[in-house]
Amino acid sequence: MDVLPTVWFIAIAALWIGYLLLEGFDLGVGMHMLVTAKSETQRRVMLNTIGPVWDGNEVWLITAGAATFAAFPFWYASLFSALYVPLTLVLLGLIFRAVAIEYRGKGSSERWTRSWDLALGLGSFVVAFGVGAMLTLTTTGLPLNENGDRVGGAFAWLNGYAVLGGLAVVGFCLVHASTFLALKSDGTVRAAAGRWFTRWTPVALLPIVGWVLVVQFQTGTIITWALVAVAVVAVLWGYLNGRVGREGRAFIGVAVFLVAGAASIFAAVFPVVLPSTLDHAFDLTIQNASSGDYTLAVMTWVTAFGLPLVFVYQGWTYWVFRQRVSDHHIPAAHVVRPATGE
Amino acid sequence: MDPLEIARWQFGITTVYHFWMVPLTLGLGPVVAIMQTLWVRTGEERYLRMTKFWGKLYLINFIMGVATGLVQEFQFGMAWSEYSRFVGDVFGAPLAMEGLLAFFFESTFLGLWIFGWGRLSKRVHLATLWIAVAGSVVSAFFIIVANSWMQHPVGVEIIDGRPVMVDIWAVLTNNTAISAYIHTIFGAFAVGGAFLIGISWYQLWQRRRDGIDSVDAGGRVVVGSSATIRGRDKVDHSVWIKSLRMGAIVAVVAFSGVAVSGDIQAKLMFDQQPMKMAAAEAACKTGTSFSVLAIGDLGSRDCNDVVSIIEIPGLLSFLAHGDFTTEIKGVADLVPEYQANFGTNLPNEALLGARAGDEIQYVPIMAVTYWGFRLMIGFGGLAAFAAVVALWLTRKGTVPQSKGIMQLAVVGILAPFAANSAGWIFTEMGRQPFVVAPNPNPSGVDGVFMFTAAAVSPGVSFVEILFSLVALTLVYGVLMVFEVKLIVKYVRGGVVSAMPDLDRKDDDPDHPDATPSDDVLSFAY
Repeated sequence: MDVLPTVWFIAIAALWIGYLLLEGFDLGVGMHMLVTAKSETQRRVMLNTIGPVWDGNEVWLITAGAATFAAFPFWYASLFSALYVPLTLVLLGLIFRAVAIEYRGKGSSERWTRSWDLALGLGSFVVAFGVGAMLTLTTTGLPLNENGDRVGGAFAWLNGYAVLGGLAVVGFCLVHASTFLALKSDGTVRAAAGRWFTRWTPVALLPIVGWVLVVQFQTGTIITWALVAVAVVAVLWGYLNGRVGREGRAFIGVAVFLVAGAASIFAAVFPVVLPSTLDHAFDLTIQNASSGDYTLAVMTWVTAFGLPLVFVYQGWTYWVFRQRVSDHHIPAAHVVRPATGE
Repeated sequence: MDPLEIARWQFGITTVYHFWMVPLTLGLGPVVAIMQTLWVRTGEERYLRMTKFWGKLYLINFIMGVATGLVQEFQFGMAWSEYSRFVGDVFGAPLAMEGLLAFFFESTFLGLWIFGWGRLSKRVHLATLWIAVAGSVVSAFFIIVANSWMQHPVGVEIIDGRPVMVDIWAVLTNNTAISAYIHTIFGAFAVGGAFLIGISWYQLWQRRRDGIDSVDAGGRVVVGSSATIRGRDKVDHSVWIKSLRMGAIVAVVAFSGVAVSGDIQAKLMFDQQPMKMAAAEAACKTGTSFSVLAIGDLGSRDCNDVVSIIEIPGLLSFLAHGDFTTEIKGVADLVPEYQANFGTNLPNEALLGARAGDEIQYVPIMAVTYWGFRLMIGFGGLAAFAAVVALWLTRKGTVPQSKGIMQLAVVGILAPFAANSAGWIFTEMGRQPFVVAPNPNPSGVDGVFMFTAAAVSPGVSFVEILFSLVALTLVYGVLMVFEVKLIVKYVRGGVVSAMPDLDRKDDDPDHPDATPSDDVLSFAY
């Protein structure tokens, strides 16, 4: 029994789920700023709902990547090199997004602000799509040879599953963000987010449901189907509550849907971490892709100490900034002029 | 075309660029935290203004460091998959620790600090900044640990052809890591110090040019207050003179730290990577002299093309061993040793593709190592000298009215940045042709090494890497323009640019916004 590799498979699944759960609404808010917001004030209200927390949320991605490197170097090396082009785009999206959040309010022209909005919205879309495509391909496979290297050129990864998975995460982020905005803001943004949730949730969640079902029909077990059932019940419950304005329940419903749905996918593919579409003898599994037991044991200690602490202080952050943000909280834009006598 | 060369350029460009943001974050963060501590302790307005102003510049820069750091973590797997497979067992651990034990703290608590003004109690709010700053400092440690393992592999055993970690403590306390870390942190303080000096100098100079401050017959500064220019009151003067002198002290302390740790690091390097140091000296023959100036074709890798013009006998031995007589091996003697230990040609393995069987160049490009080493020391020394001069010139509480000196102080901000870049380029290029340098040193692990040529991703094409190189370089170029533009804009605006409240009070005391209602966020994007 490969206890430590199994523990680390679960840990990495948890990091990815943590990332989707937390940065899911950051990415969705970025997209809603382009799609749903109608005025500069609305966009600023939206941005300020994630203002204090987005950077901390993004660390889940960094840690998921680094933990994969540490615990499953072969998985990390094969997946990242195979997806060279889409990951480059994800990196550009992450760069633009981060800089846009910090810089958009610091200029003085409308063109400056609008350009950064575009960078933020498109960047969020590209990141959500790319992460979705990457995670889907992790479950449906890539054309890998016996060394774990991609064959077939720079776009060998591009197939229906990648598109489905990309749309799945984009759709989920939009829905997740609409419940988050409804919960974290007041006034026009809260109303608009509620309306968006009611109208678009059934459509936006279709691709993620498709992805879950593809994986379940391939390698599902009774346990994973049970998780799917939990996800379905949660999202229906959340949706019905959201329709009648119970925003907290809607948010919880969508969050549980994500956790159970993603868990069903990870559980279904276990113990394969990255299948090869050329030959299953080349599949990367928790046994042949993992680091040695000593490294895994060290990492387990570090995580057992570090992760609960992260939960505590990130949780505290959400508590400190629990107040809803609304139009009248937003200070007037401040024009920076040179402090000189010239 | 060979993906290896383009992958190296890509890595080099993104890393050096990332390391323009990082030292400023590391160097400025603790200073801002000290400023806020002084404010919490004394309640003096000037310290609040200092915290707000420098904090604003800190954030503008911080975010660029975060954004470009993401690339670093991804590109090991993307462009260097063979490297990742080979070293993942040991190299990934410090990266994951950085995320879990440092970067989570840094990012989460910085968010609390930015938005926590007026919402957290003063003391708790101050603590959030200190925790965020501590996060950056710890984060840098884990990254240096990872890098130092590539310079001097320890704590592993070779099992099935791969290094497998057997001692995390050895990895974390690697002597190369400790000395490199101290060197890097002090190097970062030098950047922070020069940044404070240059910008404060500009502000003080502007106050004098605008006639706000003047100097009396006895040479003592007369601090004035402007009725028309926003934020230029008497407190404003003390904000800048205090910042400037803090910066100068930080820079002087930083230089002492850099010099001492650099000496220790160089001694380790003579031991652990003799070829790097021999190439840094353009020392062809074994001897004891340190070359100050050499000419000839340093890029040719052939030592006979290098002519040393000025040499100081004994100094090389002193740098390496602390005496004047021990002979230090030169390139000509080291090459046969490396060839005997690690072969003359790359192995004939399919993974190496067209590079299989190529002759191995054990001598790094000497022009880069020789001048990288000298530029690092030269720019570092220049910055330290400038800081001492700044302390002297400002001893009476203001700056000279000379525009030229002001411009030198502003341009001087670049010197420690250049020193940092040169140092990194020297240490990374000097390690070639190895990505994991082998250990001739008894305290290291024998037989753990990897050629750079064997580390690149076998499945990734030249065009893919070229695409990322071009895209990232373009984006980095554009973002650099925006970052500098914003910093210049906020610097020109003075303290008021970071404190809108001060602006409202200045403009019109009866303005309804002069005391904003509790409802408005004191900080919002």
